Amino acid sequence: MKKTATILASLVIATGLAAPALAASDKADPISPPGGWSFQGILGAHYDREAAQRGFQVYKEVCASCHGLNQVAFRTLEDIGFTEEEVKAIAADYFVPGDPDEFGDPTERPAIPADIKPDPYPNEEAAAFANNGAIPPDLSLIVKARAGGADYLYSLLTGYRDPTEEELAHMAEQGLAMPDTAYFNPYKAGQVIAMAPPLMEGIVEYAEGQPEATVEQMAYDVTTFLAWTAEPKLEERKEIGFRFMVLLFILCGLLFFSYRRVAKRVMDH
Amino acid sequence: MHPSRSFEPKNGFVKWFDQQLPILTVLHGALVAYPTPKNLNYWWSFGSLAGFMLAVQIVTGIILAMHYTPHVDYAFNSVEHIMRNVNYGWLIRYVHQNGASFFFIVVYIHIFRGLYYGSYKAPRELLWMLGLVIYLLMMATAFMGYVLPWGQMSFWAATVITNLFSAVPLVGDAIVTFLWGGFSVDNPTLNRFFSLHYVLPFVIAAVAILHIWALHIPGSNNPLGIEVKGPQDQIDFHPYHTAKDLFMLSVLLIVFMGVVFYAPNYLSHADNYIPADPLVTPAHITPDWYFLPFYAILRAVPDILFIEAKLAGVIAMFAAILLLFALPWLDKSPVRSGTFRPLFKQFYWLLVIDVIVLGFAGARPAEGAWLIAGQVGTVYYFVHFLVILPLLSRIEKTRPLPESISQSVLSKQASA
Ligand code: HEC
Ligand code: HEM
Repeated sequence: MKKTATILASLVIATGLAAPALAASDKADPISPPGGWSFQGILGAHYDREAAQRGFQVYKEVCASCHGLNQVAFRTLEDIGFTEEEVKAIAADYFVPGDPDEFGDPTERPAIPADIKPDPYPNEEAAAFANNGAIPPDLSLIVKARAGGADYLYSLLTGYRDPTEEELAHMAEQGLAMPDTAYFNPYKAGQVIAMAPPLMEGIVEYAEGQPEATVEQMAYDVTTFLAWTAEPKLEERKEIGFRFMVLLFILCGLLFFSYRRVAKRVMDH
Repeated sequence: MHPSRSFEPKNGFVKWFDQQLPILTVLHGALVAYPTPKNLNYWWSFGSLAGFMLAVQIVTGIILAMHYTPHVDYAFNSVEHIMRNVNYGWLIRYVHQNGASFFFIVVYIHIFRGLYYGSYKAPRELLWMLGLVIYLLMMATAFMGYVLPWGQMSFWAATVITNLFSAVPLVGDAIVTFLWGGFSVDNPTLNRFFSLHYVLPFVIAAVAILHIWALHIPGSNNPLGIEVKGPQDQIDFHPYHTAKDLFMLSVLLIVFMGVVFYAPNYLSHADNYIPADPLVTPAHITPDWYFLPFYAILRAVPDILFIEAKLAGVIAMFAAILLLFALPWLDKSPVRSGTFRPLFKQFYWLLVIDVIVLGFAGARPAEGAWLIAGQVGTVYYFVHFLVILPLLSRIEKTRPLPESISQSVLSKQASA
């Protein structure tokens, strides 16, 4: 059955290669930023701390007015290099429900590092009302919740443009029109998105010594930050994984030779 | 090199214990002295590997259940809590999630091994059928596990699959309401799925014990498919198979843990990281990959006479699995191993390709070329088992079988 094994292996590989082709069409394939992502790959994958911190700034100053981040406790921001003091200060900017006061009335208190940032809207109805009926999704997991991951988010944020005549004609063919309250974005499924282009030159000012806040730079930074919120244990996973895999390969080799020795000993008998 | 065939403890306590409850004797018989044919190849390791994956799923599952909350308002967040706050929770969760896939990979190889070498034939029909019972239980368990994280795919897969039962005439809707515990997939559904998902693996473990018991009565089949003639054809399980299976286990772990550490979400659907929303239907609802061939069969069937497509699809899907219970009586060729059946061998590979094509068809929307591929694939699947196999056992001219296992092993060694 040696032939069997080769055939099976090639079938499995063919299946794996063909899988990405399963993605639905009617949207452009996402692009990667020049230089790729710091958290890709096997060795040395990490979240670029400075980019992630700038990304947090973009999130806080731009996206946070519409999008929640309800899986992320302030304290975890230390993982991307904020100091304990900085985290305390960041948290204290927000107010969260406190214990009832002596009259039994609800109170508010400044958030502490253990808290989660309050959502921008009290409920989905308010979110929809403020956004022409569309609900801005929570961004904690957005990088894992879209095919294409970080590339998709980066492409979406940098990909706004006017549709070409052809694209308009193609949409018309399918009975779609560009609504007044939505925008064209080739990377979004269906190519129409209710979010106005959130990033433009000058909307955020980075600190001294940081790169200039171009749209591409901000998109890169906020995507790095949101990749971290989606998969905060990635560095630990890949690092432990590497050591584990090295040990496994050694173990596998040893087990192979011990099997061969046992086989020789008992089969010759 | 036979270790003593019977278990003879030297330690006084062990002796006393084993006399009153001979568990150790039983284990010794199964894991040390079990006589196996000398010529088993690597494909025979996949039974042990399946047992290992079952243990992995049970251990990681129990730990997950300590931190998981089966409630529609908390389930999604409790899984994220495991991923973010529980010590090594991400590892446990990714191992369990991908472990389901690798359990199926291992069991599919195990099943296709049996299909090729005719392991389902007498005197192993019951062994084969117990295996199929395990397979059915695995599918139920995996389906319900998929629902627990309460993401978009969880919710909609649960809705689509439970809705299938509404196709049953007269009582269909009543069955669906009964399954849901209400009038839609909701908290009662999630709760019962969690309860069943916890208990079914232990049922699987019990059936696996019966499966191995039934294996030890006739003993293992082998790549030649001929009977064992005597001790010269056999070898003790330990140390030969313990060493071999441990090596194969390390190979499995390299692939499995490689995926866990470097592509833990490759096999799953991005939409399941969106919390379940009964008001938003995803563009494509797809089950996990291991159900795709059956999903394709389900959707391939059109209206047949007075049976509407939905019911016909459900019938075809269940028939595709239940059919395998009849396999020992559909393929009546006295020769077990595909090695000596030139025609069978070709149709076997056609079946493998057919199932893979069905898998691809199941992953796509049921329209256009892929719908047709799914329909052709479905027809061929049934034709293979219901027409080709019975026919082959009549007309095929099989190649001559070797005299005995030991002779074949010796001549192989001589020619090598
Ligand atoms: C004025 C409010 C607003 C701001 C500010 C905003 N968004 Fe959005 N966003 C929305 C709305 C509304 C949607 C829903 C769009 C839809 O469903 O078509 C959305 C959708 C999204 C999506 C999901 C797209 C998809 O594939 O479904 C992402 C990702 C996203 N926003 C990221 C961001 C980021 C990153 C920022 C900050 C740089 C940001 N948004 C700023 C309103 C906003
Ligand atoms: C929990 C899942 C399962 C476990 C733990 C398991 C375990 C085992 C073990 C340990 C063996 C002996 C080693 C071997 O021959 O590979 C075996 C043999 C066998 N199993 Fe399974 N099995 C499982 C599922 C299945 C399924 C789903 C089927 C098929 C429908 C199946 C069919 C068989 C057959 C036919 C044999 C005898 C093979 C031969 O001797 O040629 N098993 N199983």
